Amino acid sequence: MHKALVNRIIPFSCVDGPGNRTAIFFQECNFNCRYCHNPETINRCVNCGICVEQCPTHALTMVEGEVQWDSGLCCKCDACLKACPNSSSPRTTWMTVEELLAAIRPYLPFIEGITVSGGECTLQEEFLVELFTEVKKLGKTCFADTNALKDFRQMPELTQVMDSAMIDIKAWDDAEHQMLVGQPNQMVLENTEYLASLGKLFEIRTVVIPELIDNHLTVDQASRMIAPYADQVRYKLIKYRPMGVRTDLISAESPSDELMEELKDLAIANGAKDIVII
Amino acid sequence: MSEILSIIKDPTLTFNQRFSALSKAAENSIDPITPILSPRTRELMEQEVIWDMGEGNAPFRPRYVVPDYRKFMENGSEFLMLQPPKDIWEACANLGILYHHVPAAGGTLVYMGHLDSLLEPFITDEEEARKAIRLLLTHLDRTIPDAFCHCDIGPKDTKAGRIILELTAEMQRPVPNMTMIYNEDESSDAFTIEAIKTALTAAKPSFVNDKISKAELGEYAVVSCYNLLPLGGGGLCLGRLNMMKMAELATSEADLFDRVIPECVAAQCEWIEARVKFIIDDCNFFGNSFLAEEGLIHQDRFVAMFGFTGLAECVNTILGATEQKDRFGHSPKADDLGERIMDKMEEELRKFHSNYCKYYLHGQVGVDNDHGVTPATRIPVGEEPEMPLQLAQSARMQKHCVAGVGDIYPCDESVKRNPQFVLDIMKGAFNTGVRYLSFYTGDADVVRVTGYLVKRSDMEKLKKGNRVLDNSTILGIGAADNCKALGRRVRSLNNA
Repeated sequence: MHKALVNRIIPFSCVDGPGNRTAIFFQECNFNCRYCHNPETINRCVNCGICVEQCPTHALTMVEGEVQWDSGLCCKCDACLKACPNSSSPRTTWMTVEELLAAIRPYLPFIEGITVSGGECTLQEEFLVELFTEVKKLGKTCFADTNALKDFRQMPELTQVMDSAMIDIKAWDDAEHQMLVGQPNQMVLENTEYLASLGKLFEIRTVVIPELIDNHLTVDQASRMIAPYADQVRYKLIKYRPMGVRTDLISAESPSDELMEELKDLAIANGAKDIVII
Repeated sequence: MSEILSIIKDPTLTFNQRFSALSKAAENSIDPITPILSPRTRELMEQEVIWDMGEGNAPFRPRYVVPDYRKFMENGSEFLMLQPPKDIWEACANLGILYHHVPAAGGTLVYMGHLDSLLEPFITDEEEARKAIRLLLTHLDRTIPDAFCHCDIGPKDTKAGRIILELTAEMQRPVPNMTMIYNEDESSDAFTIEAIKTALTAAKPSFVNDKISKAELGEYAVVSCYNLLPLGGGGLCLGRLNMMKMAELATSEADLFDRVIPECVAAQCEWIEARVKFIIDDCNFFGNSFLAEEGLIHQDRFVAMFGFTGLAECVNTILGATEQKDRFGHSPKADDLGERIMDKMEEELRKFHSNYCKYYLHGQVGVDNDHGVTPATRIPVGEEPEMPLQLAQSARMQKHCVAGVGDIYPCDESVKRNPQFVLDIMKGAFNTGVRYLSFYTGDADVVRVTGYLVKRSDMEKLKKGNRVLDNSTILGIGAADNCKALGRRVRSLNNA
């Protein structure tokens, strides 16, 4: 059975797809977004031990060269995350599909389904296929919140078993995209189009950041792209907020409400129907 | 007499509020019941372990009357000289008249009917119906200014139900309190979502688990603060056992089970029974009421409500639990004890034989001057665990509370964009055995205090010494100050 490194499980979430969903965050990402709001999910722990010194409740210890985390002692003060020089977290757990299913079982009566996120969930492709197959047997839906850097056309099993995806269109201009996340955006756009054509795209999002990217260009083009699928695809426009970000990588202001409304109007004019500003 | 004078002169009371306070003072100037009770029962009264919930010393009417308004709509009323209504205007007017003749311990109506099904047959023109219903709701809000007044809707999707929801969201008033009867087999998702959206902007309706309630009570209504009572009857008396104080009487867990619970349950039953006897035999309430004469209420459809509060404190006291992990709502041991205590309460209650009516457990939601007592079976404010755990725990604790009990879940603004989130939780909760749920968002002006609703802006007004229309406002201030009632854990984006 496959194992995956789980950063955290949120039992009830109202913002990770339709209805009430259990959200599962996997460790490790193949993007490195400047404005990442949970940078502790980006890399795997390299067992440097720096966090162990910082833990006020001694929930972290170094055992045979590996950082061990005792969740019972942990007071969730996040001192370890603040100390980590590696955009990682010692508070992760290797889980089999069986173990993960056992963990979410108590939530099943209350949820419509699960949403996998991260990190980047598609890095756990085989694990997801197995997990989704089991969750579908329980009558629940499976959504993936993905950065869409891996080609879904090359992941037929996952694409088939997954109900729907949520994708960030972070920047339309490729140079801006590379500057922002360290990867090109061509595959992201191709995946978006592909999943939309399959009826497996629930939502696209753009984080609006004044000055850093051409927000008008991104929203203009992205909304044109989803316009043919406007009845099924929602466009979420997210105000950049500086909370939780690595301030050495980014210094930007939150956009004004006027700008958000302007972008919403632009998207509607292009044929998008369901626009949410948050 | 200084109490009378201070009522008459109180600058924060309106004329009607002074008037009803005077009536209560008059009732309390005599004491026909206490002297006939056993010494031990009187002792427990003095220690405030048991309490009559301010019903007054000489109860001359049932606490909650739940008339069969449907019958009234079909037959009209001979006593009130009213014919059965023929259109929406007559229907609303007739109801508005009858409301003023329904007795209640608090002096004001607690149940205005399953308003949607009562009015649905009269809806021909929706605009006209909207206007008529708006006037009825406004009339009620301004003349029965008491948020214990309750309107029921559902389980089925109706035009009247949708109009009531729209007006509720628009009017943002605390009166009437409202419950949607929810039954997965009968309530459409679309209608329930409308009700949830309304709840997230106006803090009402709340939702009752119809499958469980119907099986236990037959035809019933939700009135006042989550009291579930048989339709065409009501609740004669509500006594309240303070389980925090009860726990202080016990020397050990064994003593609690062997001596204290049996003694406290027997004492409260003795008191309630004496009061019930006074209403029925001494005051001849039913012989004196046209509601009974015309078959809108039936003596055999009345029950007594055995109220209790503070299960959490009872458990934590017995266990001496101070650390979070050992306390009620967090430790399996504490939760097991809580469930066994509720089982024992029910067992003792079944041993009591009344000459008049059935007795049902009711999880009382607290009053304004409760200090450090958590309502009913709830987990203390500020100690709430993750929502799935809280729901599962509350279903276990509530299983015997036939006469009503409820939990309140404040939600973050973001839930408004995804009302399906609430519906999913509700379906799961009701299938798990949860009886009653309330939701609201933290930013609304109308907020749910312990069961009833008040306007934040009115509380501010009253605090500054101004008179306000709504009687419940003063209670809201007490609950907010004394019970942290507005500090519940907010369920949000992703930290449910």
